[in-house]
Amino acid sequence: MNDSEQPGSANADGAGPVNAPEPSTHEVQNTKRSGRRPAKAAPEENVITAQAAADEVVTATQAIAGTATTMDVIDANPLRDPRDRRLPKVAGPSVLVLFGVTGDLARRKLLPAIYDLGNRGLLPPGFSLVGFARRDWAHQDFAQITHDAVKENARTPFREEVWKQICEGLHFVPGSFDDDGAFDALTMALKEIDETRGTGGNYAFYLSVPPKAFPVVVEQLKRTGLAKPPEGSWRRIVIEKPFGHDLQSARELNAIVDSAFKPDSVFRIDHYLGKETVQNILALRFANTLFEPIWNRGYVDHVQITMAEDIGVGGRAGYYDGIGAARDVIQNHLLQLLALVAMEDPTAFGASSLRREKEKVLEAVTLPEDLGLATARGAYTEGWQGGVPVKGFLEEDGIPQDSKTETYAAIKVEIANRRWAGVPFYLRTGKRLGRRMTEVAVVFQQAPHLPFSKTDTEILGHNALVIRIQPDEGITVRFGSKVPGTAMEVRDVNMDFAYGEAFLESSPEAYERLLLDVLIGDPPLFPHQREVELSWKIMDPIEEYWASREDQPEGYPAGTGGPASADELMARDGRAWRRL
Amino acid sequence: MTTFLMGSTTASDISSQLTRLRHQVGAPAVGMVLTLVVVCEESNQYDAVRAASEAAREHPSRILAVIPRERGEATRLDAEIRVGELTTGEVVLLRLYGELTEHADSVLAPLLLPDIPVVVWWPGDAPEAPAKDPVGHFGQRRVTDARSAPDPVGAIKRRIEGYTPGDTDLAWTRITPWRSLLAAAFDQPVGKIVEGYVEAEPNHPSASLLAVWLSEKLDAPVKVVPSGGPGLTKVRLVLEQGEVAVERHDSRTATLIRPGQPDRHVALARRPTSDLLAEELRRLDPDEVYASAIRHVADHDGS
Repeated sequence: MNDSEQPGSANADGAGPVNAPEPSTHEVQNTKRSGRRPAKAAPEENVITAQAAADEVVTATQAIAGTATTMDVIDANPLRDPRDRRLPKVAGPSVLVLFGVTGDLARRKLLPAIYDLGNRGLLPPGFSLVGFARRDWAHQDFAQITHDAVKENARTPFREEVWKQICEGLHFVPGSFDDDGAFDALTMALKEIDETRGTGGNYAFYLSVPPKAFPVVVEQLKRTGLAKPPEGSWRRIVIEKPFGHDLQSARELNAIVDSAFKPDSVFRIDHYLGKETVQNILALRFANTLFEPIWNRGYVDHVQITMAEDIGVGGRAGYYDGIGAARDVIQNHLLQLLALVAMEDPTAFGASSLRREKEKVLEAVTLPEDLGLATARGAYTEGWQGGVPVKGFLEEDGIPQDSKTETYAAIKVEIANRRWAGVPFYLRTGKRLGRRMTEVAVVFQQAPHLPFSKTDTEILGHNALVIRIQPDEGITVRFGSKVPGTAMEVRDVNMDFAYGEAFLESSPEAYERLLLDVLIGDPPLFPHQREVELSWKIMDPIEEYWASREDQPEGYPAGTGGPASADELMARDGRAWRRL
Repeated sequence: MTTFLMGSTTASDISSQLTRLRHQVGAPAVGMVLTLVVVCEESNQYDAVRAASEAAREHPSRILAVIPRERGEATRLDAEIRVGELTTGEVVLLRLYGELTEHADSVLAPLLLPDIPVVVWWPGDAPEAPAKDPVGHFGQRRVTDARSAPDPVGAIKRRIEGYTPGDTDLAWTRITPWRSLLAAAFDQPVGKIVEGYVEAEPNHPSASLLAVWLSEKLDAPVKVVPSGGPGLTKVRLVLEQGEVAVERHDSRTATLIRPGQPDRHVALARRPTSDLLAEELRRLDPDEVYASAIRHVADHDGS
């Protein structure tokens, strides 16, 4: 991983573990003083243009400060051995500060994920969790809330000794985000935790808060000096989508975060990327010989990427109105999936190589000329969803009658490179659809010649490889097979590989993996700001086009497969959506 | 769960019965990832099969338990097939009588699932050279357990003599959480270790392995000291000033002590056999660190 190969890596000089951090520190200072990296260790690939040089130096320096305490020292640990694959990657001593701890996500995912990490022995001794929220709670109240959340939602069985270990490290700081006093109290509390728990000044700040609270929190972290790590420790910030609502706002948001944190201390969570199946896309494509030869325009007819939800906007109405399905889902999750499915093979699985390939393919994404023909949007109306009558979008609380927000969006894009030219990628997402399902379907061309009579293969469709992301993670291959009997009848069958069966009932939940990566400081699974901006460059013209239209999104009854215009979009190309 | 008893049968009958059962259940394509052969005695069969079935929840397997019975009886093969709710895969208990006790491999060969790895586990007595054993020979991974040998420490010391890459021992698996915790303690530099002590109940093979592993990695003498148990109770690593120690009082929680830092409590529970087995099945490549540990334990006096 190139990002962690820092100049003057301590162990390379034969320095013992005792003084491992010192050489790195010297390097930091040297780098600052001379304004250049020491030539001996500068990796070749970091040859950069003069104009970008200044930035690069700053980044490099920050990178050392950020990673010297984790990766380098871990490498210098005499008890660690790359051949020793039983020993898990355990995070170093650290504190996780959770803003928005009263939220739904914290209760359902984050707190249980922390317990599960503890149960798998992946949390460091002394790990502490600080909750921050506007509640008049004492530590015990926070512990009780955490206890309930863990009992209810943790993936692994509840064990008293693990809970005891976690419970010892729980702290709560009450206050609102604009309350200077509360943040001063947080600073004090963290200092105290460093002393009593030995967490070494390493803090990760998890902002599970609405976007409008970002600037305030970041400003407070800057004011109290919490954003700036003292030498030998790290500070990281974790932010969740939405990363802005268009290119402009994404840049503004980034500027705010950037003003306080170094770029490689910023972890943008897209929980889809923490899912085992999504990571398995890379294994499927690049560890096998079976699929890569046909993974191109020569064999692939088109690709469908779907994320269907059966729920409505419900309690998120206030946030959702004005945002819509495309910004909420396509811009981040679906375009990230597209990037993983369509990218070229990375030179390594480090963050920089992966991100480079993802950026390249996102840059190559082009929109068709006529957006009216290549996009569709809809909003659910009253209907029956899974046997239950449900309200329409405009009837939901907090949604104005004239809302032009879409709850269903489908777009067609192409990728302008040699591998994919002419292969359309169809992306769709929607709420209140028939079924909850996320999948990537690579649909292959039909055989160029069929040596059977037409009636024999009448019901034979396209071969397809489907990566099922949720629920029921797995991979399905669809191909034609002879129906038993005297007639030669060929029909589609599925061959199935289910994760649930094969490797686990206990696939680590996405948040577990991502939280661990944040604490370890391992960035490959987190999208970079450049990817966020490239995604907005794809979405912005579509959003502008939709905003310019007078009409409201087309209605589709709840519990169905989406608006008619989406089906027409496919029909114009002589194709059809896969059944939900 | 459905159980089928087949007296005086053959491997091919068992095989076709398994296929028929799977079709009946309507799940002919269960995604099994390995065949786990358990070589055990009637006396430890229940616990072993149970642990294997639990491990199979994480690694769906065809479990074949080989139970040699009376050598003196007429040659015969009895089988007991279990499929259904309690296991994700299939369990077949094979009881061998008479001359067949010497030819278990001939019964197993047709029952191994094609294409996927085979793991052989001896929960009790294990052959001196697992890879040369007719049954062990099928396994890509061969798991023994020194603790159940009559002389546990002696057994672990002799492992190197019959070692072939792919062998492991549960005595080694048992100390993964200890090693992980100690490694985490060294993620921040602590300084040169002068000497160390591993305290455990007497005659505990895991303690010897932990001691040689630490000694090798830290380049310092590490001694095994007997204690009241259960299992491992304490590791002390003496620095020039102060010491790093992990102490476990109640076989569930441990205290980590480092100089200049507050004492910290961590969960460090003794794990059931099913967990140990699941860990073994997670990686099927040879464990080189284990090889190096048993090589050193052989010429280390261990106490």
